[in-house]
Amino acid sequence: MNLYGVDLTARLLLGTAQYPSPAILAEAVRVSETQVVTVCLRREAAGERQGEAFWSLIRSLGVRVLPNTAGCHSVAEAVTTAQMAREVFGTPWIKLEVIGENDTLCPDVFGLVEAARILTEEGFAVFPYTTEDLVVAERLLAAGCRVLMPWGAPIGTARGLNNPYGLRSLRAHFPDVPLIVDAGLGLPSQAARAMELGYDAVLLNTAVAKAGDPVAMARAFGQAVAAGRQAYEADPMEPRDMAAPSTPVLGKAVLG
Amino acid sequence: MAERQVITVVGGGVAGLCAAVALRERGHPVTVVERGLGPGRQSCSWYAGGMLAPWCEGETAEEPVVRLGQEAIGWWADRVPGVERRGSLVLAAARDGPELDRFARRTAAQPGVHHLLNDGGIAALEPALAGRFTRALYFPQEAHLDPRAAMAALSRRFCGLGGIIRYRTEADHLPRGLVVDARGFAARDALTDLRGVRGEMLMIRARDVRITRPLRLLHPRHPLYLVPRDPPNQFEGLYMLGATQIESEDRGGVTARGVVDLLNAAYALHPAFAEAEIVETGADLRPAFPDNLPRLRRRGRRLYVNGLFRHGFLLAPACARMLAEVVADPSFIPEIMDEDHRERSPA
Repeated sequence: MNLYGVDLTARLLLGTAQYPSPAILAEAVRVSETQVVTVCLRREAAGERQGEAFWSLIRSLGVRVLPNTAGCHSVAEAVTTAQMAREVFGTPWIKLEVIGENDTLCPDVFGLVEAARILTEEGFAVFPYTTEDLVVAERLLAAGCRVLMPWGAPIGTARGLNNPYGLRSLRAHFPDVPLIVDAGLGLPSQAARAMELGYDAVLLNTAVAKAGDPVAMARAFGQAVAAGRQAYEADPMEPRDMAAPSTPVLGKAVLG
Repeated sequence: MAERQVITVVGGGVAGLCAAVALRERGHPVTVVERGLGPGRQSCSWYAGGMLAPWCEGETAEEPVVRLGQEAIGWWADRVPGVERRGSLVLAAARDGPELDRFARRTAAQPGVHHLLNDGGIAALEPALAGRFTRALYFPQEAHLDPRAAMAALSRRFCGLGGIIRYRTEADHLPRGLVVDARGFAARDALTDLRGVRGEMLMIRARDVRITRPLRLLHPRHPLYLVPRDPPNQFEGLYMLGATQIESEDRGGVTARGVVDLLNAAYALHPAFAEAEIVETGADLRPAFPDNLPRLRRRGRRLYVNGLFRHGFLLAPACARMLAEVVADPSFIPEIMDEDHRERSPA
């Protein structure tokens, strides 16, 4: 998988919020074998470098950091947060979130396209958190995005893939764009399903951080994502109605 | 003789004062050196909730917190007045029912530590909540105290035992002998793996609603705890609200968002809180190590006790006990002592 010129072998991206402790977070990252973690700046920092102690813990994990603009409700807020993230983490990568509705945390796709255009012009590599809407996807690509991250379900809901049809359709329309299912997953089976649909990767946070044993759950997700990808590459058979015995029945005595 | 060692405790927050008391009770001459003006005033203990709730903390904290925290209730009750053993009550709005189920599962460390109440059971414990919630978890063995009153009482007890406290004193020139370093976040100059985790709190006065034990309102985004803060046998309607936990070392005042989140949650507990008077706001940094568990660490003649995180009043007694055990027997390595014990001097 290649994201903005970076080759990655692990197809699970992990968020770093809400773990019981930084030590458990570090262990979860290690066993999941992820190569990319997201980190939220806005809530933790208030515009200063006051989150430095936590950020240096994140940097010490030895994986690539994808800062995010979680919690931003406007284009201006998201752009400012992205600029700060670039300074703090020294990376042009930014997971772009512009929230439009507070109960569902549904992306404001109009603001998202606008912010993606501004940030791309400023040299950012934008990972937009979007819906599965095809037209929005087109606009994000036109705005300069080279990766799309549609939601599985609203953030933190653990509902899995709400609209498999929409996600499949997005995959079919953009066969060459890296697609990452971001948010809404609760179980490894749901992550495996996203991978079986042909998605390039899965990004999640709450499902691991809020599990009773985050480390065990991180390992489970890492394995499910790898299994789902292998299944996709193995070209699974199509479902069919008629049973097809896996051994020949012709010539068996009962048939006579 | 180790028993006669003269000991200076640097830092008069809850970790330092509990250590000082434990050492004084074992016969050591102990002096506490504190830069602040009074007991706990310039430490994050000043903004603590004062919940002695080891089993509830098991929701997110690791096993040692639940086990060691159980020492706290008896320790405090034996030494200061005002430890209220009224249990704690955990609530969730009807739509957040799964949060309550999850909390029940995660805190069932031992059978019987909590039981489920229906609306009648809730009203029997806290009449003010009648008709507002249909389910709650009750942890009958938990307790709470007023942290500021408790710190003042513990200071008096310490001085009554012959201990000395020097306020408004920086620890620049320390006398010979063992130094217990309990400076909290300020000790980061020596403990580089220490970080600050910001917490915000509000004190409100709401005479229209009477709650007698700590409440926790579960919410996927904005959890809340409310702790009654009235003086003994007196109803003033004072409550402390808290729960925020932010990975930031910003010491600035409470943010608008912090206030809104806490008050919104309080309003969900009971609409009468909308009429509450805001008496005080506060924010400070809790010292924490990467695993959010406390540590004893020895470097030369200095013994550090730190990293009590959000569990100051809950874990300070166990930390003080283990620290006193180390002082009595330098070959003893308690569970919260980390690798630096290799530097232990062959006393």
